[in-house]
This record gives sequence, C-alpha cells and structure tokens, in this order.
Amino acid sequence: MNNLRGIYTIWYRDILRVWRDKIRMVSFLAFPLLFLVVFGSGLSGTMGMLAPGIDFSKFMFPGIIGMTVLMTSFMSGVSVVWDREFGFLKEVLVAPVSRVAVAAGKTLGGATIALIQGAVILLFAPLFGLTLSPGILPKLLPVMFLVACALSAMGIFLATRIKSMEAHQAVMQLLVFPMVFLSGVFFPVNNVPTWMGVLVRINPATYGIDPIRQLMLGAEPASSLGITIFGHTMSIGEDLMVIAAFGLVMVILAMWSFGTQE
Amino acid sequence: MSNSHIIEVEHLVKNYADLVAVNDISFAVDDGEVFGLLGPNGAGKTTVINILCTLSKPTSGKALINGFDVDHQQSQVRQSIGLVFQDPSLDERLTALENLEFHSRVYNVPASLRKERVEQVLGMVELWERRHDIVKTFSGGMKRRLELARGLLHHPKVLFLDEPTLGLDPQTRRRLWDFILSLRKTEGTTVFLTTHYMDEAEHANHIAVMDYGKIIALDSPQGLKGMVGGDMISLSTVDDQKAQAELQKRYNIQARSDGEQLIFEIANGDRFIPTLTKELETEILSISLRRPTLDDVFLKLTGRGLRDEGVKSEFKEMARQFGRRHGRR
Repeated sequence: MNNLRGIYTIWYRDILRVWRDKIRMVSFLAFPLLFLVVFGSGLSGTMGMLAPGIDFSKFMFPGIIGMTVLMTSFMSGVSVVWDREFGFLKEVLVAPVSRVAVAAGKTLGGATIALIQGAVILLFAPLFGLTLSPGILPKLLPVMFLVACALSAMGIFLATRIKSMEAHQAVMQLLVFPMVFLSGVFFPVNNVPTWMGVLVRINPATYGIDPIRQLMLGAEPASSLGITIFGHTMSIGEDLMVIAAFGLVMVILAMWSFGTQE
Repeated sequence: MSNSHIIEVEHLVKNYADLVAVNDISFAVDDGEVFGLLGPNGAGKTTVINILCTLSKPTSGKALINGFDVDHQQSQVRQSIGLVFQDPSLDERLTALENLEFHSRVYNVPASLRKERVEQVLGMVELWERRHDIVKTFSGGMKRRLELARGLLHHPKVLFLDEPTLGLDPQTRRRLWDFILSLRKTEGTTVFLTTHYMDEAEHANHIAVMDYGKIIALDSPQGLKGMVGGDMISLSTVDDQKAQAELQKRYNIQARSDGEQLIFEIANGDRFIPTLTKELETEILSISLRRPTLDDVFLKLTGRGLRDEGVKSEFKEMARQFGRRHGRR
C-alpha cells in the first residue's frame, strides 16, 4: 500500500513537471513531424512501392510513432540526472519509500509521457494517407506503453549510473541514434548488409518498432517488411516477448541501481 | 539503550577510498535537546549527517535514531527524521504547495491530516500567501524556510539541519533561529545541527566539536567556554614584540600575535586592564576585552581558527552556485 502510494507520487510529480514545461513537449513533437514531412514526402516518389499498397510515407509513419515513443522514454532518464543536479534526488532518497518504488514510479512516469507523445503523433496519420480504425487502438496503445516501459527503464538505469549532466547527454546521443537508425524506422531491415543485419537483430528497439508497424499496417503487407531471424518471421507476440524480457531485465537493473545510490 | 537518548552513536567510522572521513566517534543526544556539531569545513560533519539519515552507509560502528538502526531499519529511521540539507533540495518547477504535497505523500502523512499540516507549517514560516507560486521565483531565504517547513511536515522526532543558515542574510538567519527554538518548545522536536558559525552553535544545549573526523570536545557551550579559562584581551602597542616579552616576564602570560595585535586570556580581565595600563612599559595604542566565544574554544583545542576557513568556504559556495545558475559545474 505504501509502495503503491510511493510509486503514484513519484509518477505524478514527473507528469506534473512535463505538463508545466509545454515548450519541451512541443519541441519533442516537432522533431518526429519534421522527419515525417521531409523524408516521407521527399522520398516517397523516389522509393516507389515497398510492398503492395505501401509507399514510403506509409511505411515510415509507424516507424516514427515507434521512434517517438522510444526516444522520449529513453531520454526520460534525464529527470534522474536533473534531480541529482538540483538536489531533489536527496529528498526522494531520504524519504521512507523503497528504492524499488522509486525506480518503478520513475519508469512509469517516463513511459506515460512517451505514450502521450506517441499518441499525439498518431493523430496525424490521415495526413500521411493512413486510415486507422479506432478498433486497433486498444491493441496499439498497450503495445506502445510496453515498449515505452522497457526503454524508460533502460534510460532510468543508465541515468542512475551517470553522475553528470554532460556525460548523460553524451551517452544518450551515443546510444539513441544508432538505436533508432538500426531499428527499421527508416528502411526495411531485410535487405541490408549482413553486419548491419546482425546489429539490427541485437538492437532491442527493433522488437519495439516491428509490432507497432505490424499492427498499424495490418499483418499481411507488413510481414514482408518485418524482421526475420534465421528465416523465421517474428510475429507480434514474439516481438512483444522479446521487448518484455528486455524491459524486465532493465527494470530489475534500475531497481537495483537505485538501491545503491548514496 | 537508555530511553532519554534519541540518537546514539557508537564507534562510528566512515572511510572513503583513501580518506578517513569519520574516525571512530561516539556520542548520544538527549530527547528534545538542540545538539550542535561544530567544526571547520571538511571536518566530517556532513558525512555524519549523511550516515545518520541513511544516505550513506557506515564502514563500521553503530548508530541508532529513535531506537532504530540506521543501517538495518532504514525505513523506520527515515520516517523518524526531517532534514534540511546544506544544498537546496526543492523541486523548483513545482509550487510550494506541490512540494509539500509530494512530501506528505511519501512520508505517509494521513490524507485527512495533510491540509491542516500543510497550512500549519506554511503559516509558521510565513509562506502561506505564496503557496501557489513556483518555487523558482522564491528568494534564497524563502526557499530555506520552505525546506524547513517541509522537514517538519511529518512531525519528525529529530530534525537535522546541515548548515541551515549558510548564505542567508543576518535578518533571515535570526528569524530562522527564532523559529527553530520555538519549535523545540512547542513540538519537543530534537534538533541536530551542523554549523561553522560560532554564534549559532551557542543556541545548542550540547556541542560536539569535530576536527579531522574526530570529536575533540563535547560539552555545553558554557562548559566549552570554561575551557578557555577567562576573558580575552586584545592589545595593540607601539612594539608588540617587546610587549609580548614583557607580558611573559612580568605576568607569566603567553600572548600570541595574530599579526595585528596581541591576544591573551586571563581571569577577571576587567580588573587586570587598569593594572596593565599602569605597569606596562611599552606604550599601549588600544586595548579591548571580550568574553570568550566558541571560536576561542576551537582555537584553543586545535591551534587553528574557524572563521577564516568559514569565510573561504562561503565564497566557494557562492562561486559554485553562480556556476550552477549559469549552467556550469
């Protein structure tokens, strides 16, 4: 009971802070929209059809949704570094709340914000020629939230190990771009050089992007663009198992790491 | 343990890689008293506070707060204490009220009591009118008062204050002290504070003087001052060296020079001054007498002053905050 209240309190504060900082929210939205407009419109004509009925814009849109969720949740760890920098982390660490609850609250906070960001981008789907039936939202949103939780936990875990603002920014940039570029956001991953194919397949983000795309484009056309491992095409369920397992490891690491904070 | 001791520390040691920050200290704090930990910067005061409030683990030794072990019963210890840190620890993007609401939730203040408590503590530090303002817009003194209010919100048994008045103007310092002392009377809260301001330490019932990780004296302010053994006389003459030798020869007084004047201690100094002015052959330029302060005690114990280091560290603190405000570390 105490733990639940602790988790809720930590979560609520993170949401409140972001809500206060609307400029940051807008700037986080501007980035993926820019990608969509510039690359989507710019490359669609050149690239032609990637699969029957799927041009580049349509291909990229789910990827961008995934990217938004991924980047926002991964970057949410910055709140831990901020709190350390401005002293608030001490207030949290001396409070009679278990470190497990702190890690859980932080992870859920980051994931919630990422989910909201992704959902806002989703509203732009008609502009890019995608019609979404409301029926897929009950599936799509939980999938997005799961991906967000996994990446948010990773971001929180890393942030607890990194003590300075500058180092955190450097590590984030070092990790986030390869993670996004090698996850199938911008191109189908089945016709890439072997070395890249290996990197794509060990990149956990790949298994976050793929189910979102499969859900949004419908299983049929997407599977030809989907990820295959040793000739086996990953289903949505298998993708989700990979990302859930990854997320579980990260949450445990984040909880452990908060426990060792001094 | 005895029931009247709210804090008990036994043979506490904390080592960092190549540094002994706290070197085998033991002391006890009575329930309801104001206990001061005094010492220059780097003496280990903050390390002691960090261990007592469970932010850092002791290398060896034992510490109990409210009967709970700081190493094994962290949750109970945390519930028993309130803290005002040396560095600010508020969420500056939230309002004063939101900061307090966060605190009352994580400290398990029952929902039915929250409103009343928040109103009470904000009233005490005179910030009720500003409760809906974002903390970022507060002055340094207001932030410190808000932190104090927050530290009291869950009615802790012990309130830890780590250099509570560092960087505050004298007027705010005085108000803060009025508040801390009235709190002790009304709530019976034990106050544990570190400071390097001598005049602040004099508010305490007991003072432990710390230097290089050890407690070198523990007594009441009066008792500590008694160690100095008299009044402090500052003497300035046309030839201090000659006067120093004369004092030694004529009265067997060991005076020391601080570069500008001679300083020595003597019992019943007010009676000694007339004798001195009559008998001293070196011409006297000025003479003054004051009662001993804890500064003198520290000097007596360690041979070093507290004040110079205090000023220096305050300057460092200012430089650091300036750097922080401008996005550097």
